[in-house]
Amino acid sequence: MKNVYINSIASISAQKTLDNTSFLDAIEDYETNVLPVINPNYKEYIPPAAARRMAKGIKMGVVASKIAIQESGLDNVDAIITGTGMGCVRDSEKFVSAIIDNDEQYLTPTSFIQSTHNTVGGQIALELQCKGYNFTYVHASTSFESTLIDAKLQLELDEEKNILIGGVDELGEHTTEIQKLVHLVKAEAVKTSEVLDSKTKGAVFGEGANFFVLSNEKQATTYAEVVAIKTYNTLAETEVLQEAIHFLNASNLNIEDVDVLILGNNGDVDFDAFYTTLAEGFKNTQQASYKHLCGEFNTASSFGFWLASKVLKTQTLPEVVKTNNTDTTSFKTILLYNQYRGENHSFTLLKQC
Amino acid sequence: MSKGVAITGMGIISAIGNNVAENYQSLILGKKGISRVSKIKTNHVNDIMVGEIDFTNEALEQQLGLTSDNNYSRTALLGAVAAKQAIQDAGITDINAYKTGLISATSVGGMDMTERYYYDYLEDKSTQKYIEGHHAGDSTQKIAEQLGIEKSLVTTISTACSSAANSIMLGARLIKSGQLDRVIVGGTDCLSKFTINGFKTLMILSDTYSTPFDENRKGLNLGEAAAFLVLESDKVVQAENKKVLAYVKGYGNANDAYHQTASSENGDGATLAMQKALDIAGYNPEDIDYVNAHGTATGNNDLSEGRAIIRVFGENVPDFSSTKAYTGHTLAAAGAIEAVYSILALQNNIIYPNLNFKTQMKEFNITPQLELKEKPLQSVMSNSFGFGGNCSTVIFSKEQ
Amino acid sequence: MDALKQELKENLIEQLNLEDMTIADIADDDMLFGDGLGLDSIDALELIVMLDKSYGIKLTDPKEGRSIFESINTMAAYITENRSK
Repeated sequence: MKNVYINSIASISAQKTLDNTSFLDAIEDYETNVLPVINPNYKEYIPPAAARRMAKGIKMGVVASKIAIQESGLDNVDAIITGTGMGCVRDSEKFVSAIIDNDEQYLTPTSFIQSTHNTVGGQIALELQCKGYNFTYVHASTSFESTLIDAKLQLELDEEKNILIGGVDELGEHTTEIQKLVHLVKAEAVKTSEVLDSKTKGAVFGEGANFFVLSNEKQATTYAEVVAIKTYNTLAETEVLQEAIHFLNASNLNIEDVDVLILGNNGDVDFDAFYTTLAEGFKNTQQASYKHLCGEFNTASSFGFWLASKVLKTQTLPEVVKTNNTDTTSFKTILLYNQYRGENHSFTLLKQC
Repeated sequence: MSKGVAITGMGIISAIGNNVAENYQSLILGKKGISRVSKIKTNHVNDIMVGEIDFTNEALEQQLGLTSDNNYSRTALLGAVAAKQAIQDAGITDINAYKTGLISATSVGGMDMTERYYYDYLEDKSTQKYIEGHHAGDSTQKIAEQLGIEKSLVTTISTACSSAANSIMLGARLIKSGQLDRVIVGGTDCLSKFTINGFKTLMILSDTYSTPFDENRKGLNLGEAAAFLVLESDKVVQAENKKVLAYVKGYGNANDAYHQTASSENGDGATLAMQKALDIAGYNPEDIDYVNAHGTATGNNDLSEGRAIIRVFGENVPDFSSTKAYTGHTLAAAGAIEAVYSILALQNNIIYPNLNFKTQMKEFNITPQLELKEKPLQSVMSNSFGFGGNCSTVIFSKEQ
Repeated sequence: MDALKQELKENLIEQLNLEDMTIADIADDDMLFGDGLGLDSIDALELIVMLDKSYGIKLTDPKEGRSIFESINTMAAYITENRSK
């Protein structure tokens, strides 16, 4: 079986992550409960004729995929696998409200087409003229991890050489509004620096696109090796630590081998216990969190994957993500853990190359 | 890597039957399930025909034993019914005795409830339970819960109308690689105002019975359905002495990279998908005895697919037919529905007629199978194509 | 007729999101599809809705649109002849 490497990365987020030469140098401080991305200049990347019908999610996905492919030095990839929890939700909202408001009259196809969940993956294929394998996973907080499982399977068996994977989700106004009603989104605005300790119901919601070229050949640009990935539809809070140890053991590692534990906690008082329970088992390990920077969304864990890739390549851990301090200076092995509202848990293990 | 992927159980609910036996009866009797839409209030009621399942949501909730505070979308209800049948058919009593995953497919997800309560959510607290049921993964989580699958790989694929074919493909790959011993794969989609109006804007809905591969075809009939297969590894089949219905022998996915919704003139993506599937199976085109075509009866699909079939099979195109005139186009579920039909074809050595066909298409001279035909079948190919250029082919076979 | 053509160009730019274009960029006889403005089959469907909504003209077969939407001139001529609002 071949090893699987992260050969390039790209991130569009609420932070200045577009430029791969910087690494969370200047943090954008927000005070909000809904956190949109810093938009790149889409026109630099997408011709106007193509861009005019693209939803924001598609634009983010296309730009992130172009940056990732460019950094990998490739002209094209063998396969494209995208993850999205909600798809291009603004267009879904537009189409549903138009059906209701206009009583099923004068509807136009564009917003319907863009509501199809694989529209991002399809548009990237169109832009790249990539006729290869093209899958889209839509499974809540393991949508991105599903792309990783799929790509890893193909690369290990050498069925493909280079695969573009990514997670993308966009904010929609109506969706956010109703999510506030059921306390998925926090009722109050919270400062970026205080999100993780907010101890109130719900999360600060965000959006973003994080794309990566995975390959079974290491090269100069390589960030890290993807050692293992596992998802769980259910897991009890009491089982998380034990499962983490099983997961590490399967790769012949123990808790002490982990240099950084990156957690997906979002400051939701009802569900952060999953993370604190795990963190207690990793008391002596350096720990980090990221959702205060990018917000919570179904594919937010792809931002965590981006963060881990950066840490392993640059061998630096920005202060803003540290949640304890162990004076660790060498980063060889990173374990990521994520879940959303007690469901769809994932462990991801990355190693320095 | 030469491991077989056995199919040991299947379940289905569609407009032509509430279980496998009923579906098979309708198929061989040429009984279609297409009618005017009755469960959705739409202005287009007289402009379209659909493949609707008789059961109301309440009836389905009752079958599943759900309490009234449940927040199941119709997509989840149909999926749970079909998946439970599949487990029963496979004789599974302890689902977690082996490493078991679930891969479902949907395009509509919880949209039926979202469109019903879109503005009500803001005013009426009693409707708000459905808010969390909107996203596509929700129906899959609920099916997993219904089956008792815990702490395992559960995911959802949404690649428009090829989705369920892709879930079969991923399931087969997970078994071949040894990651899972058993995977429940399939798809579910209910009818919704969203898809009715969406396809209406694309002007590809027929106002009468759809006529796949007919020169004068006017578009598709939408349908709702769910179907699931139980895939098991050689290890499980041997250990449990399982009866094998058929094997997943080959699969291929490719992208047409041509247009957001339309297929390319010559079916590039479809051709690639069929060729990849033959490669994985280690088959030559002549090894395929029957093609269950995507055949939606849109002007674009049937021409593009027909040309792709000719590109793959040359002069010797095997018997082929589309079963969409029976069920309507069941979107993300279609690949699983037609997988069940392909397996039934293999088991019974039967080829289903392509209903409603009258006039030969002028662009080529291949004609679908028009009458029920008995013939020894060894391998069947099933095509599923979707928006975003997504093209998938799965090959089912009697041999491992 | 000139006012209608002007209106059509405005609608075209707005409906089809032709952000970078102005009315002056579209000549009355420019080909709207293919090598001209580069519109495609999805745009044609959008234009069919525009005919219905703004001018009360219903097309049932998208193929009918091909000759009607050839240029601003052909659209204006068709609308003038068939409009019900």
